[in-house]
Amino acid sequence: MTQPLDINAVSAHYGTTKVLEDLSLSVQAGELVSLLGASGCGKTTTLRLIAGFLAPTSGSISLGGRDLTRLPTHKRDIGLVFQNYALFPHLSVLDNVAFGLKQRGIGADERRKRAMAMLERVGLAPLAERAPGALSGGQKQRVALARALVIEPPLLMFDEPLSNLDAKLRVDMRVEIRQLQRANGTTSVYVTHDQEEAFSISDRVAIMNAGRLMQFDRPEVLYRRPANTFVARFVGFENIIPLKVVARDGDIVVAETAGMRLRLPQSLFGQIPDTFLLATRPDGLVVSTDPAAEGLSAQLGLRTYLGRAYQYQCETPAGHLIANGSLTTPLEAGTNVKLVPMPEQCTILAAEDAR
Amino acid sequence: MSDRPHPVLIGIAALVYLFLMLPLVIVVGAALSDTTYLTFPPQGLSLRWFQNIFEISAFRRTIVTSLQIALLGTLIALLIGIPAAYALNRFRIELPKWLGTLFVLPILVPEIVFGFALLKSLTVGTGAPIFLSLLIGHTLIVLPYVVRVISASLASFDFSIEEAAISLGSAPVKTFFTIVLPNVRAGVIAAFILAFITSLNDVSVSLFLTGPGISTLPIQILAHVEQFFDPTVASVSVLLMFLTVAVMAIVERTLGLTFLAK
Ligand SMILES: Nc1ncnc2c1ncn2[C@@H]1O[C@H](COP(=O)(O)OP(=O)(O)O)[C@@H](O)[C@H]1O
Ligand SMILES: [Mg+2]
Repeated sequence: MTQPLDINAVSAHYGTTKVLEDLSLSVQAGELVSLLGASGCGKTTTLRLIAGFLAPTSGSISLGGRDLTRLPTHKRDIGLVFQNYALFPHLSVLDNVAFGLKQRGIGADERRKRAMAMLERVGLAPLAERAPGALSGGQKQRVALARALVIEPPLLMFDEPLSNLDAKLRVDMRVEIRQLQRANGTTSVYVTHDQEEAFSISDRVAIMNAGRLMQFDRPEVLYRRPANTFVARFVGFENIIPLKVVARDGDIVVAETAGMRLRLPQSLFGQIPDTFLLATRPDGLVVSTDPAAEGLSAQLGLRTYLGRAYQYQCETPAGHLIANGSLTTPLEAGTNVKLVPMPEQCTILAAEDAR
Repeated sequence: MSDRPHPVLIGIAALVYLFLMLPLVIVVGAALSDTTYLTFPPQGLSLRWFQNIFEISAFRRTIVTSLQIALLGTLIALLIGIPAAYALNRFRIELPKWLGTLFVLPILVPEIVFGFALLKSLTVGTGAPIFLSLLIGHTLIVLPYVVRVISASLASFDFSIEEAAISLGSAPVKTFFTIVLPNVRAGVIAAFILAFITSLNDVSVSLFLTGPGISTLPIQILAHVEQFFDPTVASVSVLLMFLTVAVMAIVERTLGLTFLAK
């Protein structure tokens, strides 16, 4: 039953405003892909296009090789889980779950049996006769999940399903969702604005910005090797330093900026162009009080306590940077230090991408 | 601090109730009077004035006409008003703002003017039968209430519920009946009752549209009091009250139950 989803160069408009531009995305059969991005970047719009609530202005969408673009929603056979649960208030929990089966012409006894079995799986069988209004948020989302899963759809889609739940429950529920999805092997598209959530449950993550796909890859790759400055900043590479290559010596590239010379092994980064951006997280900059250290001269500003480290706002000739320093030697604002990038914790970005 | 309401509040509430109920008490009392003139408190008790309603053929006929017009007008207004209210709420963002206002216009125009305009355009203009003119007129005056009340009900309806049903394989039109309508049931019932009562009690529009042979109950009451001062009008009023309450009860029951049975 599991099928691949192909979104092919899709654009979408609301009236005359373009909200999605030339979006292409392929989800393999059985894969869970997250759409991740800030509010308003077009994640829900993408789901609505796939579900058929909205028609693309150009491009096509296919599921298991079958073109969906002209198919009305109720014939698409897609399981949807909404942020606000969207349970039918006038039906019991059991009837909510059985609703999709009823639409498929399945008899009352069989419906009841399958709906109960599904409720069993999400641990809600004892509440089958309740009204949805009498459930907690987590229970409601479980019913919504059961309702979408029981029709055994070739594609499941989630629109920020956990954002109305409290933090602890969110973590439990996402594990539960992932386990159910894995067990059924259902191709899934999962929308969230929460990076940790997306990274933790997805096979691959599509990072979106202003209606465009910025990067689509495995979480490990996105986390370590963002492809552009947008994704880099999004995953926490807060320091982006422009550098120029001044010498190449075999594997070692010597690059320079604002009085700092860096030796970078190409084996770590791949081919390094003559001008590029070096990106690091605050953890990738060592705060050194040794004036002879090879790094960026910096003056420390505000210090904040992170629990595992102190974080410093730093003024450098290369701009404002953020570095984490050791807990054993807190430094005062105004101290002159060197910030030394650790190559293993850096990544490089194309310079022309600077925005 | 206790949960019990303050004595002053209770007093005010009691006064309000008294104020609301007093006219009813007077009307019921007058209707039961044995005298040949309208009086309160009733002198002697008798049901003869209730009997009298049915002896005057004009009352018999107008009661039937009024009920027919109110029922049909309300049903037509619901048939137009429910889809209109649905569209106005469902496509709130896409639709122009003035479209919603359009449905309130009949309330904004003084009813007398509205009635006169209908007379000119319908009865005189097209020579439409009186019953039809009355029906159209009443449909138009109750439509704004229907659209308003059902819109209010739909405003708190979460349309993603409808989308959930459609995604589960229910066709859109079917979804409207199985998912949307049951969830605005209270609004439909309220709209029905409000429209029915408004139509049943209407004077100003009917005044212009009634004609030879066909009239509505309020107009007949008006005609009656111009000539007689007997308690018949009081007993008709009481009858009207009972009819209204009966219709409310029936609507609550049937509409409520049909929806529950899905
Ligand atoms: N019905 C609509 N009419 C007009 N603009 C809309 C509508 N729905 C969403 N938008 C706009 O489209 C953009 C993308 O919205 P959406 O897909 O909901 O973003 P996300 O789900 O990523 O938060 C936003 O700028 C939003 O304001
Ligand atoms: Mg959204």
